[in-house]
Amino acid sequence: MDGAGVRRFGLGSIPWIGAILLWYAVRWSGFVNLSLIPAPHQVAAKFFELLTKEGLLIDIFASTRRVFFGVALGILVAVPVGFLLGWYRPARTFADPMINFFRALPPIALIPLVIVYFGVDEVAKLVILVYASFFSGVIVMYEGVSQITPLYIRVAQTLGANQAEIFRKVIIPLTVPHILTALRVALGVAWATLVASELIAAQRGLGAMIQNASTYFLLDVIYVGIICIGLIALIMDMILRKITARLLVWQDRAIA
Amino acid sequence: MTKRAQFDNVSLSFETPKGRLNVVEDVSYDINDGDFIAVIGPSGCGKTTMMSMLAGFQKPTTGNVLFDGRPVAGPGPERGVIFQEYGVFPWLTVKQNIAFGLTLSANRVAAGERDAICDHYLGLMGLSDFASSYPKHLSGGMRQRLAIARAYAVKPQFLLMDEPFGALDAQTRSNMQNLLLKVLETEGKTVMLITHSVEEAIYLASRIVVVTARPARIREIIDVPFAYPRDESIQERPEFGELRSYIRQLVMDEYRAQQAQMRPASFSE
Repeated sequence: MDGAGVRRFGLGSIPWIGAILLWYAVRWSGFVNLSLIPAPHQVAAKFFELLTKEGLLIDIFASTRRVFFGVALGILVAVPVGFLLGWYRPARTFADPMINFFRALPPIALIPLVIVYFGVDEVAKLVILVYASFFSGVIVMYEGVSQITPLYIRVAQTLGANQAEIFRKVIIPLTVPHILTALRVALGVAWATLVASELIAAQRGLGAMIQNASTYFLLDVIYVGIICIGLIALIMDMILRKITARLLVWQDRAIA
Repeated sequence: MTKRAQFDNVSLSFETPKGRLNVVEDVSYDINDGDFIAVIGPSGCGKTTMMSMLAGFQKPTTGNVLFDGRPVAGPGPERGVIFQEYGVFPWLTVKQNIAFGLTLSANRVAAGERDAICDHYLGLMGLSDFASSYPKHLSGGMRQRLAIARAYAVKPQFLLMDEPFGALDAQTRSNMQNLLLKVLETEGKTVMLITHSVEEAIYLASRIVVVTARPARIREIIDVPFAYPRDESIQERPEFGELRSYIRQLVMDEYRAQQAQMRPASFSE
């Protein structure tokens, strides 16, 4: 690691150290009943216990897989739909109110209906995540696509491009940044929705683990679950940002 | 001389909430092969609309815009367009930008030839060192040079330029004008240039079309008495100064007429 890398790493870790210190400070302040706040080292110990004895990895895998497929399917649909809405004004007038109606519904409110129509197995959880990813992604896509300037299309026309070439060589490259942003937003929303989706009688998964722990008042397990969700979401976002940086080297960014 | 482009009693108007707006009115003139026409007039007068009809982005309401004797049906690679906003593709490198037109089915060439054409224009436009850079690393002048190189690469018979140097600083602008003269000398192209700079029009063009305040009609067509190749020394000649004062006066008249039109109705433009 070079000097700048060390610096960035240092800057990035300060808030984490601060958060852990604050956590201890709250415990030591005496204002809160100690049994209500497990200490960071206790949570860490619990983490290793769950990891080695209780199969925490299976929960992590189950949740990550759900989020992955939920986002993948949601975005797969959101990209063409968002594109159509952004590109064709009549399509927007036609579908915009309805999209905003469904977007406003919290996924958790749909769970009883999802159970009725899709049962309680894996499909039901996936439906919730796809729903959440689709509606967050579709908005990003169509806002982005509707802002594509017609200048580049005109330029391509004057160079002799036909409709198919304009689509393939101009519109697709201009759409890629919006697809990546939609993916990032949807990933965040999907993790946020995960616990709700695993309320549906999940056996395994981080959300299920938190649900079960709350029944038995195992606060340390709840903390482990929450921290795992946050960390995995963070890692996935970092991977996506790396991919974005690789794909969009051409973009003029304010922050490198 | 062969007529490349013809404006034949061309008018363009459209409906607005406030009534019918005439943008171009009864314009007729020919552009011959090898001509360098500069169209000059007050801003917002409709001169860009003229170019836009020849480029194929807009259709006349009445009259005909002809290219090589046929009515213009839409944009095409035989009429290259240079936009004021450059329009270089930010997702392609400099070289890929120049090659863009050559990869299209309308003017596809073999990869080897494509490379040779790119290298030729990279050199001509002084962009060789930036062949693999992205446009975000280029200055305004370099971006416009890239746009010109890209337009030239598909060998258009005609070049339409819409205030191409309008966004550049004075020094870059004058460099670009000299470069354009040099390129025209070697590549030989028929040009229609839209500009609001009288000096630019005289320095570059063989004929100047002075356009009235909106709706755009032809006020006067003036032959520029300087032979090509030209260099900056012609700007010191007394004829240059006389022509400049004369055209300036015409343009100022039209500018005032335009101001009078706009007052007090709105400040919309």
